[in-house]
Amino acid sequence: MNAMSVNWILALPEITLALAGLVILVFGVLQRPGKGIGACTVLSIAAFVGCAVLVALSPDGAAYAGTFVNDSFARFMKILVLLGGLVALLLTVSYRTDERAPLPFETAVLILFSTVGAMIMASSANLMTLFVGLELSSLSIYILAALERDDVLSSEAGLKYFVLGSLASGLLLYGMSLVYGYAGTMEYSGLIAAIQQTTALPVGLMVGLVFLVVGLCFKLSVVPFHMWTPDVYQGAPTPVTAYMAGAPKFATFALLLRVMSGPFGAMAPRWQILIETLSILSMVYGALAAIPQTNIKRLMAYSSIGHMGYALMGLAAASTNGVRATLVYLAAYLVMNAGVFAVITAMRRKGREVTSLADLSGLGRTDPGLAAALAVFMFSMVGAPPLAGFFGKLMVFAAAWQSGLYVLVGIGALSSVIGAYYYLRVVKVMYFDASAERLDQPARSLVFVSGSMGLATVFFVLALGPLMALARQAALALGG
Amino acid sequence: MTPAIAPIGLGSYLVVSAALLVLGVLGIFLNRKNIIIILMSMELILLAANLNFVAFSSAHADLSGQVMVLFVLTIAAAEAAIGLAIVTVYFRNRGSIQVEDVTMMKG
Repeated sequence: MNAMSVNWILALPEITLALAGLVILVFGVLQRPGKGIGACTVLSIAAFVGCAVLVALSPDGAAYAGTFVNDSFARFMKILVLLGGLVALLLTVSYRTDERAPLPFETAVLILFSTVGAMIMASSANLMTLFVGLELSSLSIYILAALERDDVLSSEAGLKYFVLGSLASGLLLYGMSLVYGYAGTMEYSGLIAAIQQTTALPVGLMVGLVFLVVGLCFKLSVVPFHMWTPDVYQGAPTPVTAYMAGAPKFATFALLLRVMSGPFGAMAPRWQILIETLSILSMVYGALAAIPQTNIKRLMAYSSIGHMGYALMGLAAASTNGVRATLVYLAAYLVMNAGVFAVITAMRRKGREVTSLADLSGLGRTDPGLAAALAVFMFSMVGAPPLAGFFGKLMVFAAAWQSGLYVLVGIGALSSVIGAYYYLRVVKVMYFDASAERLDQPARSLVFVSGSMGLATVFFVLALGPLMALARQAALALGG
Repeated sequence: MTPAIAPIGLGSYLVVSAALLVLGVLGIFLNRKNIIIILMSMELILLAANLNFVAFSSAHADLSGQVMVLFVLTIAAAEAAIGLAIVTVYFRNRGSIQVEDVTMMKG
C-alpha cells in the first residue's frame, strides 16, 4: 500500500463528509427559496450515519506526512462528535413551528462542516492540523449562532461569540508560534522528543503552553474564560445551542487530552496545578452562578461550565485512568445534554418558543412524558445513581483520588451538592408549582430524541462495561 | 559578498511581534467605541503570530512555519469576512455598532 492510498483510507470519513457537505450545499441551492431545510437535514443525517460507519471501520495509522493520525482515541472522539452533531440535526428538523420563514438550509450544511472540523481536531498530530480543524469548526459556529437574522438576540450572540472566539484563536495561534519557535517543530512526535531532551525548559515554551491552554479553555468555556457562554447559549437558536454544548466541546477535549498527554506529557507536574485550578473554578462558579437564573438556556450554559470543570478533573489526574474517566464523563454528558436540549426545543406555546423556567410549571401534570424525561436528565446531571451522570462523576472522582488530588475531589463533591439545588429546582417547578398554560404537543423527532436519550440515561449502566473498555483502549492509545 | 547592513537578530522580531500582540489585545479590551476597531485588533493579533512563525522558520531553517503562515492568512481572510457579515446583520437589527450597545443580554 503506497503512501497516497494510506492518506485516502485514513482520512476517508472526513473526506466523505466534506464532499457530502458540498453536494448538499449545491442540492440546497437548487431547491425553491426557503424550502431546502427539510431535505438538506435528512441528507446530512444520512451523511453523518454513513460517516460514523466509516469511522468505526477505519484502520490505525498516520497520514499526510504525519499531520493526521487515526487511533482508537480519535475514533472514540469522532463517534462522540458525530453523535452530538446528529442530535443537533434532529432538533433542527422541527425547530420552526410558527409563521416565520423556516431556518435556511445552510443550517444543516454548517453543522456538517463544523463537525468535519471537529473530527479533524480529534485526529490532529501536528499544530497545523489542530489550528485548521479548530477554525473550520469555530467559523461555522459563529455563523450558526447568528442564524436568526431578524432576531437581535441571535445576532448579538453571534457577534459576542465571534469577537471572543477570534481573540481566543489569536492567543492560541500566538502560543503555537512560541511552541514552534522553542521546540523547532510543529509535529507532536517532534515536540515529545524536544521536551524530553531538555533538562531546563525554556521560558518561551512554558509561555506558549499557557497561551495554548488558554485558547482551548476558551472554546471549552472554562472559568475564567467563560464570559461568552451564557449570552451565546441564550441568544443562539436552540438546536445550535445544543450543537455548541456538544460536539465542539468533545473535539476541544480531544485536542486538550492529546496535546497534554502526548507532547506535554513529560511536563505534567508543571501543568497539573493549572488544570486543577481551572477545574475547581469552573465547578464552583458553574454551581453558584446558576442559582439565580430564570432562563433555562442560560441555566444550561452555567451547567455546561460546571460539567467541563468535572471533565477537566480527569485531565488534572494526568494518568491513563484519568483520560478514561474524562472520556466516560463526556459520553454521559453527551447523552443527558442532548436530552435536555430536546426538551427545551419542545417548549413552545402557539408555535412560539418559550425558554423561561416558569414556563415549565406544572409540566408534570400537563405533559407527564416530557416532564419525566426532563426530571431524569436533571437527576442525572446532579449525579444521582444509577443514572448516566453518576458513573461519569464517580470515575473522574476516583481517577483524581488515585492521583492524590484530595482537595480537588473534596471541592468537586461539595460543588455537586450545591449544583443539586438548581437542578432539583427545575424538577420542583415541574411537579409542585401551579400549572402554567399547556405547552404545544412536541414534534415526533423531539419525542424520539428526548425518549431515546432518557432511556440511554437510565440504562447507561448496561453499556458501561463496553464503554469503559473502549475508553480504556482509547486512553492507552494516547499513551497518557 | 557580505551584506552591508548587519542582519537583524531573531530577538528583534520577537519583540516587534510581542508588541503587536499587546496592541491587539489592548485594542480589544480598552476600545469602548466601535466594533470595526475590534476586527482590526484581531488582525493585529494574527499578524503578530504570523511574524513569529516566519521569524522562527527562518531561524530554524525549517519551512513548516512558512506553510503555517499561508494557512493562517487564508483563515484570517475567512474570519474577517464572517466577522463583517455578522456585524452587518447586527447593525440591521440594532441600528448601531457601538461596543457599549452590545448589551441586550446580561446576567
